[in-house]
Amino acid sequence: MTAQQNHHSRDNEPILRTENLNIYYGSFLAVQNVWLNIPQNLVTAFIGPSGCGKSTLLRCYNRLNDLIESFRAEGQVYFYGKNLYAPDIDPVEVRRRIGMVFQRPNPFPKSIRENITFGAKINGYKGDMDELVERSLKQAALWDEVKDKLNQSGLSLSGGQQQRLCIARAIAVQPEVILMDEPCSALDPISTLRVEDLIQELKEKYTIIIVTHNMQQATRVADMTAFFNVKVGEKGGRSGYLVEFEATEVIFNNPQQQDTKNYISGRFG
Amino acid sequence: MPTNLAENPGYPSGSLTRSPSSPRDLFNTAMTVVAFICGVLVLLPLLAVLVYVIIRGVGSLSLQALVELPPNAIVDSGGGFGNAIVGTIMMVAIASFISIPFGVLAAIYLTEFGSEKVARWVRFATNILNGVPSIIAGVFAYVVIVLTLSDLGLGSRSAIAGGVALSIVMLPIIVRTTDESLQLVSQDLRQAAVGLGATNFQTVIQVVLPAALPAIITGATLSIARAAGETAPLLFTAGFSGFWPDFDSLLKNPTPSIAVLVYTYATSNSSNWQSLAWAASLILVLMVLITSIIARWVTHQKN
Repeated sequence: MTAQQNHHSRDNEPILRTENLNIYYGSFLAVQNVWLNIPQNLVTAFIGPSGCGKSTLLRCYNRLNDLIESFRAEGQVYFYGKNLYAPDIDPVEVRRRIGMVFQRPNPFPKSIRENITFGAKINGYKGDMDELVERSLKQAALWDEVKDKLNQSGLSLSGGQQQRLCIARAIAVQPEVILMDEPCSALDPISTLRVEDLIQELKEKYTIIIVTHNMQQATRVADMTAFFNVKVGEKGGRSGYLVEFEATEVIFNNPQQQDTKNYISGRFG
Repeated sequence: MPTNLAENPGYPSGSLTRSPSSPRDLFNTAMTVVAFICGVLVLLPLLAVLVYVIIRGVGSLSLQALVELPPNAIVDSGGGFGNAIVGTIMMVAIASFISIPFGVLAAIYLTEFGSEKVARWVRFATNILNGVPSIIAGVFAYVVIVLTLSDLGLGSRSAIAGGVALSIVMLPIIVRTTDESLQLVSQDLRQAAVGLGATNFQTVIQVVLPAALPAIITGATLSIARAAGETAPLLFTAGFSGFWPDFDSLLKNPTPSIAVLVYTYATSNSSNWQSLAWAASLILVLMVLITSIIARWVTHQKN
């Protein structure tokens, strides 16, 4: 890793570390041999062509892949030095501390308030719910738009507002890391810019990993960028691997690998 | 750019004007007419039954018929079947209390917790149970409940035995509709809840079940409507009586129901009983119809 361009003091401390991570679906090797350190309080972008396993890797960080029966991870994912795949780890607690925002906005078919309080209630939050709702919605830059209609359904909001509601919902359980799986791919350009601004504000308090297909988006929001690629194995199976992980400026202006160079100049993918 | 479509080699000339007398257009028209006629024919039995039951039933229907006990066979007018209405409601309620919790929880297990292999077999078994003739459900409940209880001296044909038989009819309908409606709940919602640190059970109870609730209510109501109209399961298990069902009917006394009353009275020699059977048929049809409409309405409201 080269010197990073950033303004935080804790930046070099990796909050998430993968070591020799191999991800399988059944006998199919989806992602191979990932060594990657995610720095704290920065935005890290995962880019790469379709099928390179960037979303799959993202879902390893909060053990969401556990929902898929054939899924199996080999290797280590360390969160503050604790292996998330150790047998004594409770995946439910992992998911509270490492939150997630999905590709399509998926608010619960409940009121805006209940969308925020859901996570707090199931995790036994004892504080003031109204205050939590207001604080989370303010952090997600949604408060002014919804403060008068907190009892309306979350589904009554526009797509962009729904996605910010989902971010507010994720923030409400006070995670340390927020994983974002192409959070803007279903949004119009204006909503996309709002969410990107929000990501910039959120990194003050959270570590963010964002998967994106949009390379401009990576240059706009990410401090660090990891480029993944796909290779076809001997038996024709396609598995993803990490090509290069650098400061975003380096990846886009002076990549060290030919594959990265080809990808960012639009020659494939 | 080619302007003449007729020049595509291998295809017939591609004129853009209509030619209604061409063989494929004629075939198209003929098949549309046949399908339309079949569609109307399918509606005919339903309409015919409804109209006939209404015509025959309305004449004998009165407030008296709804609240009074059945008359003696030799009385040639008056009387009613209030006891059968109460009995039907009682037994359907018992059946619902048994089958709805069991069915919904089983379906939750199938979609949310069970392994794919187990789920496949349980679904298969449910489909078979759904195809079992309802009289078999009646015989089963007769042997298991009525005979056992009477051997022990605890009971006989009764409302509970009838309710159990009806619950066997309701169970597969509830499992299937709940199973299907839970599967329709978007995977995104489950992931959203799990991603916030919800356990499987919290996800199901607080997110998945509420989202599927309208469809589950519809399924339960349809199964209630089906059970209310069943006769065969009740013939052995609840039997029939000319008295009001009471607390003793739960275990010890035969309990009347509209369906069995229609069966018994329609085939009797008494013309008064026969007309009561028509009125009871009308009430049964109306009960089933109203329950179905309520089910649709509830679903509609929620959506």
